[in-house]
Amino acid sequence: MALLDVNNLSISFGGLRAVDNFNISIEKGELYGLIGPNGAGKTTVFNLLTGVYKPNEGIIRLDGEDITRKSTIEINHAGIARTFQNIRLFKNMSVIDNVKVGLSEHFKYSALEGILHLGRFSKVEKEMDAEAMRLLKVFDLDAERDTLAANLPYGKQRKLEIARAMATGPKLLLLDEPAAGMNPNETKELMDTIALVRREFDMTILLIEHDMKLVSGICEKLTVLNFGRVLCQGETKEVLANPEVITAYLGE
Amino acid sequence: MKNKITKNNLITYGIVLAFYIIVEILMMTGALSSHMKGLLVPMTYYAIIAVALNLCVGILGELSIGHCGFMCIGAFTSAFFSRATENSIPTVPRFIIAFIIGIAFAALFGFLIGIPVLRLKGDYLAIVTLAFGEIIKNVINSFYIGIDGKGLHFSMKDSMSLGMEADGDIIVNGAMGITGTPHNANFTIGVVVLLISLFVVQNLVNSRDGRAIMAIRDNYIAAEATGINITGYKMMAFTISAAIAGAAGVLFSHNITTLTASSQYFGYNASIMILVYVVLGGIGNIRGSVIAACVLYLLPELLRGLNTYRMLIYSIVLIVMMIVNWSPKIIEWRKRTFGRVSFRRAKEVA
Repeated sequence: MALLDVNNLSISFGGLRAVDNFNISIEKGELYGLIGPNGAGKTTVFNLLTGVYKPNEGIIRLDGEDITRKSTIEINHAGIARTFQNIRLFKNMSVIDNVKVGLSEHFKYSALEGILHLGRFSKVEKEMDAEAMRLLKVFDLDAERDTLAANLPYGKQRKLEIARAMATGPKLLLLDEPAAGMNPNETKELMDTIALVRREFDMTILLIEHDMKLVSGICEKLTVLNFGRVLCQGETKEVLANPEVITAYLGE
Repeated sequence: MKNKITKNNLITYGIVLAFYIIVEILMMTGALSSHMKGLLVPMTYYAIIAVALNLCVGILGELSIGHCGFMCIGAFTSAFFSRATENSIPTVPRFIIAFIIGIAFAALFGFLIGIPVLRLKGDYLAIVTLAFGEIIKNVINSFYIGIDGKGLHFSMKDSMSLGMEADGDIIVNGAMGITGTPHNANFTIGVVVLLISLFVVQNLVNSRDGRAIMAIRDNYIAAEATGINITGYKMMAFTISAAIAGAAGVLFSHNITTLTASSQYFGYNASIMILVYVVLGGIGNIRGSVIAACVLYLLPELLRGLNTYRMLIYSIVLIVMMIVNWSPKIIEWRKRTFGRVSFRRAKEVA
């Protein structure tokens, strides 16, 4: 059974059918790309998957579990983590604290223990620190652990956002235009990071991207959206060779 | 980092303790005038409510402009209890229970206000707390509560309609408020409560829940996508903030002979004054709130001698504090200077 199974997903804003009859099926361990022209509804699909919008029709299953009308928080707990097109970090918090916020669902102590710094507090905090440092090391951010997130260079902010998403322990990672605003070198580094995430965590990834070099370089399968509808779906090479996709999106 | 945070917290407690010891010595040597002594307890409760408001504004990132309303609740519920049980419970346990009652009621009101408002995104909390602060004052002003042999009497008309027996005692007398609350608060208790408030807030900030609260402040969309229960944590921070404001209210009412729900103490201007302490002390900077509250509370009182220029000097101090705390150049300079100091210390230790 597929890890993510989406059937007939549709949503309208007023008279506009932003996403119409969207289907996707992602197997465990796949790196899947979602591409299409601006305004095609890619980010809307992400927002539907993460519960920001509730669909008018359709069903979303994660690992067999129906998550269609759950809240963003419940969906995160069910196992979908995401990053944002415009980076959304906890800017006035340190790098390690950003990751520890992501970890808080898995390392618990009561509010009273937190306020008094008693009981499980020290032990759990130590475990959290160790786990956060392990994650930061994977993303090569361990040297910046005490830097404010706002003061990181752009490329590292992206990495931190991915690290924070990974800290929540997801089954599926959604990346919304991770290469947006990056120069070719940074994009190259990002591709390495994504490859690393797959290798280290055996992660299933769905990403939105405009950078064709990145898409053709790392994605195994693609879905092309146009005007809210699926234009084409399949192996990356075949999709990019499809004449319809070339006219609608890539250009001759 | 952990050690740095602990050290930072200890410095805050140290500053409060050092200030306390200096004042105690001055009091023992008789160097403080009775006017000055009278300012000490108010200074501690304003510092406490500034810490409470900073938790709400600086850590949670929600603007509250009616925090004196929670102080008012804490003041009246605790004063009522103390007056009603003045002759039946010995002082120490009574004052402790008064604290618990004042804190619990303020927290309850914070919780109730939070239920509808904190689900919303935006500045609704500011609007609702503003209204709450004004409403609670007017409501308390119309309460008449008395006790006699038959039990509690309650009215919202006037004291005559309570229908009290001859031995009855009117505790809450409408706009005249509560008279004769025992003077249990003193500077030492004020400092202890301030230290406890600092302990609670600073520990909270450095815990799992505190990080979640600050994550909501920094970016609620990302916090939600990271699985943080936004409403729950907002409620938690706001309730704790209201509870601490309630503790300040208990000190307030047990330091004053006649407690009235007047605008001077619990109105809009008073709440804004607390907000000024928080903003000028540095939003999110707990230690700054304490220092700003103390300085800005004492200053206008100490300047009473210079009657004509009092408010002029006060406003100049406000402007200077604003520049010192918020100008990027000055902050950089401060970091450089203090950075050098700590560097030197590190060398000496090595």
